[in-house]
Parts: sequence; structure tokens; C-alpha cells
Amino acid sequence: MRMPAANQAIIERRQAIVDALGRICPAPESVIAADDEIRAYETDGLSAYRQIPLAVVLPSTTEEVAAVMRYCHEQNIPVTARGAGTSLAGGAMPTADGVVVGLMKMRRILEVDFDSRSATVEAGVTNLAITQAVEHEEFFYAPDPSSQLACSIGGNVANNSGGAHCLRYGVTTNNLLGVRLVTVDGAIVDVGGKHADAAGLDLLGLLCGSEGQLGVVTEVTVRILKAPEGARPMLLGFASNERAGACVDAIIGSGIIPVALEFMDKPAIHAVEAFVKAGYPLDVEAVLIVEVEGADDEIDTLLGRIEAIARDHDPRYLRVAANAQEAAAIWQGRKSAFGAVGRISPDYICIDGTIPTSALPETLHRIGEISRTYGFQIANIFHAGDGNLHPLILYDANAPGELEKAERCGADILKLCVDVGGCLSGEHGVGIEKRELMAYQFDEHELDLQMAIKRAFDPAWQLNVGKVFPLDDGPSAPLGRAA
Amino acid sequence: MNDLTPADEAGVAEAVKAAATDAVSLELVGGGSLEGFGRPVQAGRTLRLRQLRGIPLYRPSELVIRALAGTPVGEVVDALDAEGQALPFEPPDLRHLLGNDDAEPTIGGLVAANLSGPARISRGALRDSLIGVRFVDGQGRIQRSGGRVMKNVTGLDLVKLQAGAHGTLGALTEVTFKVLPRSETQSTLLVGGLDAAAASRVMARAMASPLDVSAAAYLPPDVAARSVVAELAGRDDGVVALRLDTFASFLPERLRKLRQHVAAAGATDVLEDQASGTLWGEIRDVRLLTHPLDRAVWRISTAASNGPRLLVSLATDMDGRGFADWSGGLLWLAVAATDDAGAGAIRAAVDAVGGHATLVRAPLAIRAAVDVFHPEAPRLAALTRSVKAAVDPQGIVNPGRMYAGL
Repeated sequence: MRMPAANQAIIERRQAIVDALGRICPAPESVIAADDEIRAYETDGLSAYRQIPLAVVLPSTTEEVAAVMRYCHEQNIPVTARGAGTSLAGGAMPTADGVVVGLMKMRRILEVDFDSRSATVEAGVTNLAITQAVEHEEFFYAPDPSSQLACSIGGNVANNSGGAHCLRYGVTTNNLLGVRLVTVDGAIVDVGGKHADAAGLDLLGLLCGSEGQLGVVTEVTVRILKAPEGARPMLLGFASNERAGACVDAIIGSGIIPVALEFMDKPAIHAVEAFVKAGYPLDVEAVLIVEVEGADDEIDTLLGRIEAIARDHDPRYLRVAANAQEAAAIWQGRKSAFGAVGRISPDYICIDGTIPTSALPETLHRIGEISRTYGFQIANIFHAGDGNLHPLILYDANAPGELEKAERCGADILKLCVDVGGCLSGEHGVGIEKRELMAYQFDEHELDLQMAIKRAFDPAWQLNVGKVFPLDDGPSAPLGRAA
Repeated sequence: MNDLTPADEAGVAEAVKAAATDAVSLELVGGGSLEGFGRPVQAGRTLRLRQLRGIPLYRPSELVIRALAGTPVGEVVDALDAEGQALPFEPPDLRHLLGNDDAEPTIGGLVAANLSGPARISRGALRDSLIGVRFVDGQGRIQRSGGRVMKNVTGLDLVKLQAGAHGTLGALTEVTFKVLPRSETQSTLLVGGLDAAAASRVMARAMASPLDVSAAAYLPPDVAARSVVAELAGRDDGVVALRLDTFASFLPERLRKLRQHVAAAGATDVLEDQASGTLWGEIRDVRLLTHPLDRAVWRISTAASNGPRLLVSLATDMDGRGFADWSGGLLWLAVAATDDAGAGAIRAAVDAVGGHATLVRAPLAIRAAVDVFHPEAPRLAALTRSVKAAVDPQGIVNPGRMYAGL
């Protein structure tokens, strides 16, 4: 993995830059430059790679962020915005000549308006904290990425994060009403607000999922929703991926939209069962978790209909959660799947492609072939309702050459996702990880247009450099590897 | 030669490329049903997209449909209806409001205007259902963004950007939507005898129930009385309408709970499936304000809790008439089409509470003279201009449709 070559002239000015940032953000512990402290910022959730930044600054207000951006703009210093650092694609990976602007000191809930069903919070507020701020009125914030305890709402906006309930509630962009944006040259711009839809061009829609390429978001207004009366999952097991896939099609085709529809293949089931004893059947090739919500009697009716549909697809296993404990156990299995895979393998890469649901059996078949070609075991977890596929490639980073081989394996899987009509990233973003694959999904003139729009916001290309777009032919240097 | 009707996407690309080479501007036209919406465009050529027609992909079990931009909205709706599905955002049909009764609305025009009906508060806007586009940019290049899957964070999201761009960012050639099952039945609870403040409270209360209220509107007395629905026609009180869309077997219990939830607020009536559909059609297509045709019509977006109060104060001050949809977040207001059609006063009132106001219907001279779309703050306007310049460097597609000089 390579990054653009660092600008040595900036690195030589490091002390002056650190001093200046300290003057802009005078609160204690706002600037991090000491060797032992800055190491916490050298990587994110893509922990195979690391790079110590020039300096880290943690502003307390939007105005401080604006002043930092103005300074960095004048001094031609690259900036990487960072929330909680949970990106799985290296979206918050620093550069050696760049300043990391961390938003995690900005954690205030600014306004909750139940009558308009909106909440305005600072960018460093965690995803789960928004729900916690409104749950006393039985409201919630819908997108629920599995990192929701740690990840920040600013990072969710940057990556248009999803979660297990997107089929019913959509992803971040569908729940976002407004942001306060600091531009590369330090202007503060409000985009959207508490009202619906844009006055002019939908720049809010453009900003969401732009991975820090267009500016730094410091405040976020989201839609909050009333929680349903109840929800209950059922667990289904099938003798083949094809049968499970056909059952998914039949459920959706029947007119019922479950709030969650999750698929796990055999390697994933076995890893989970060995780890948390969720009660998953071990003698099946695939399980589905189907959850519906509503009043108790409505749930009974809907699960009854889904059970009837499932019975037409020869399930080997079928169980409706009889109580809250059983429901929690079913979900605990799914939610601990990544950790479970981490237990049976020294390392794994989590892939984040999206495919049309109808292509699932074929895609899994071809992933099986890729698995045999590379000699890696692959466990597949799939948000079946929305087509987001997470193959986990199990490998050993300590064995020479294995990381590179696992990355090639992942690239082959992502190309397969594009080939069957899907895309490179459903919810993790492109970051540094899938940057070079963008040329596989997009033609040159399509990337040209996206980069022209990037330059409309960031003419000198100072924001989150080395991400999203393929590296140009300019000088570059290898990125550090994990010890 | 100045009126072009290409047969396919390649023909559209050729036409735009030729216009770019000749430095001649283009006005984009779908079915013409939105003619008169937006600032008047003065273009050297007209580019008609109506021949781009058809549904190349529809998979009911994947909840996805793809149509060429010139496909009539009705064709898309019928195809979905045959499989028991629908466009989630309940597309409005504004041809009568705009006096284009004989025109055929196209799916591309609907996307270009990002028009969403009453279900926007529960099922999202058009732009939320739109998951893929193909378009020809200002240099005549065929561009793709998004695709046929709902989760997609691969590169910049130009799909959202195209929704509501009114053709200023190129010519849409193909659009892909995520769709939903059509609900089995609907029913509407009417709560009468409400002024603006009481209406706000009832709608907020209904939306804060777990009953999945799919639409909520406030009709002041002079607007409620214009409905053709028997329970409303000729009434002299303000009414809140709350809609439930669900399975037939769930409806009686939900209705009972909803009634209980808002009971204290006033006398209630229930509209069954068909009457409910009629009322929400009148609201969706703004038929309650279509006549008299010489009045100017504004569309105002604001925080839901501000809406009814803002509506009543504007209607009183300007001798206007209007109603609130989207639980108070969307106001439609008809006023006299004289001077600036109330632009100054309306925009000042909207700016004071946050939101934006669009002049949807007005004589050409007024639309040429006042800002049809809400003016943006200077720095936001600068970003809008630079995005336009990135997609259409010569400024040749629908120049001036949204903002002067853009």
C-alpha cells in the first residue's frame, strides 16, 4: 500500500505548526505531538497499516475547527478529519506531512426537538449516544452500524454508514437533515437544517459519504423516530445457499418488509456457535435471521406468514424467538460474528461489497472458487435485505506475503461484486483500501467528473489525501506496516 | 435543427456534445408537465428526452426498478402496481396545478424536480428511493452514479445531486429506484375543530406514536371545504388528516389506538380506503389550490413544528390560502400574482424560522424577475456554482433554470 510522497518542507516546520495549532486551540490537551501520545492516531480500524501524522489537533468548537482549517490552508498543510477512528477502509489514515483534525472533543447534544423529530449534535457524539439522548421519550436514531458504541456521527456522515436495519430505515443519508460544514479554507457553511429537502442543489446528499474529501463536518442534524412497540426475530436454517437465497426473494416478494434480514454461511455459523453458543444449527449450509416489528399480535401474524413462506423452501431448521432472551441470543450470534471469526484465525480482512440479492447464490459459489484458488477460508455474512455482502478472509499476517495475498483475494471478490451488478463498498467506504479498484468500477471520464467535483470544494487537494481516488502518477512512498 | 428529439442515450450525448462545440445552450424537456416551474430558460436549442422510453429492469423480489428518463410516470406506476408494489414517495402530479393538463409527466422530470408526496414523512423523499442514475454531463459524456443496490458508498454520490437539480447538471437518461410493496389498504382519521396551534400538537402527537402514521396534513377551514370528499366538503372548521397504510387485518386495531392517542384533541371521523385515497390525491397533487389559476403558488419547507403557525400567519398577512402537509413540514400557499408574488415577505418569514420557499407557479414575468428558488447564503451559493461549473463547465444545460447565471 502506497501513499503520496510527503512534503519534507512541511515536516521541517513541524514545531512551528504545533505551536500555531496550540495558539488556535488553547484548551488543555488540544494538540498532540509527543511520540508516545500521537501513536494512538497512527492507524484506524484498518490496522494493518500505520503512519504517524505531523500533529493531531482536537478543537472544542466549530470556530476552532474553522481557524485550524484556515491556518492549514494558508500553510498548504494536508488535513485528515477523524472521528472515533473506526474506519475499516483506512479512511482516517494520516499522512506524514498532515494534521489530523480530531472531532472527539466535540460531543455535545445541542438540541432535541421531538415535535419536529430532529436532533442536532456535535460531530464527535457517538452513534449510540444519539439514541441514548432521546430514548426516554421512546425515540431512536435508526442507522445502527455494528461499531455504534464507538463510532461518531461525523464519521457516519463521512461514510454514509448503514447497519442491520437499513432495509426498513435506510442508511445515514436517508436520516440526515443538515450539517454544519467547515470548508478547506475555513468558512463555516450550514447545509440543510431541520426542514426536509434542499432549497437548491442537494449538496447535503453529495457531502454524505464523501469520506472527508469535501470539508469537515462539525455539527449534524438527524431525523429521530418513534420506536416500534416491539420486534422479534426468527431463525431459519437451509441445506444450501440457493434455498436460503430463494427464501429471501420469496419473503420480499410477498409484500412483507422485515426490519432485518441477515444471512450467514456455514463457516460463519460454526465460528459463531463455537464462540457464543447462540443456538444456531450446525447441520445446515446457511442461516437467515428475519426480524419484524410492530404490536405483539401484528408480529405473530407477520412471523406466521413468513414461516409459511419459509416452509415452501424446505428449511432444515425454523425457530421463532419465544422470549426476549431467545431474541437476544439470536442477535448476539450475528453481532459477535466478526469477533468469533477473529478467534478462529490470527487475522481476517472484512470485505464490504454490495450485490443484487438475486446474485447471492452465484456470488457465493464463485467466492468458494476464489477461496480454493488462494487457499484461504472465507466466512460470509450478508445483509440480505439490502445486498451488502461481508466476506471475511481468514489469514495469518505473520506469515510472509500472506497480507498481500489476502488483499489480492479481497480485490478479486470486490471485482466479482462489480461484475454481478453490485459495487465496491456498501457501508465502509473506499478509503485507501479500495482506492485503486475505483478504476474497475468507473470509467476514466466518470472518475474525472468525481474529481472535478472534489476540486470544486478542495482546489489544491488538501483534504484527506490519498483516499477514495486512485493515486496519480506522482511521487509516492510505501505506507507503514503493523509491527 | 434547434429542436432535437434523440432516439437514445447516445443521441443525447451527441446533441450535448454538439451544443458544447457550438457553444449553444440547451433547454431540456421531458413530457412538458412541469413547464412553467423554475426560472425561464433562454436557450438556443431544445433537447427533448421523451423518446428515451422503457423499463429495462424490474425485479420485484429485489425491490428495484429501472426506467429510461422519458418513460411516462404512469407506465412505471402501472408496472409496479401489477406486482403489488409502488414508488415509496408517492409521486405528485403537478400538471393541473401548472396548467399543463395535456402533458404526460415523465420519470426523468419527476427526478429532476425531486417531487415527493404525502408519504415523504414516513417513506422518504424521491431522492431517498433513487439509487442509480445515468446522465449526460455538460461536456456530452455519459456518466453513471449509484446502481441497482440500495447500499452504496463507492465514490461521490451524484445520484442525490441529480435529484432536484432541474436539469442544470446534465440530461438524465436512466433512473433506478428502490421500491416498496403497496400497502394492502389505507384509512384516514380526521380530527376536526382545530386551529394552527392545536393542529401542530395533534400531528406531533400522532407522529410520536409507534403506529407508523404514513401521512399527516392540516387543512384550514377554507381549504378543507374545497375537498370533494363528503366528510370534508363544505366544512367550516380546520381539520388534521392522519393516514394509516397497512395490512387490512391490522387496520381496525391501529385505528382504535390512533384515535385513543389523539382523542382529547377534537371530534373524529374516519375515511375508508377509497375516500382516503381521494383526499390524499387532492393533497398530493395540490388540487385544493389549483383554482383560481391566476394565483401564484408557493411551496415552503420548514421544521414540522413551525409549519401550521407559519402557514396561518402568512395566509392572514397576504390574503392567501394554503395547507400544511408532511406533518407541518411542507406548506402550500396560494397568493395574489402581483408585484413579487409575496416573495419578499414570505422569504423573510421563512428565514426567521429556517427553511426555504419555492415559487412553483407564477406568470413568466414574475418568475424572470424574482428568485424562484430560495436564495442561498453567499458561501453555499459559491459551492453550488462551483459544483455546476465542475459538471457543466460551459454552462450550457438549462442555464438559469434554478438561479440567475447558473
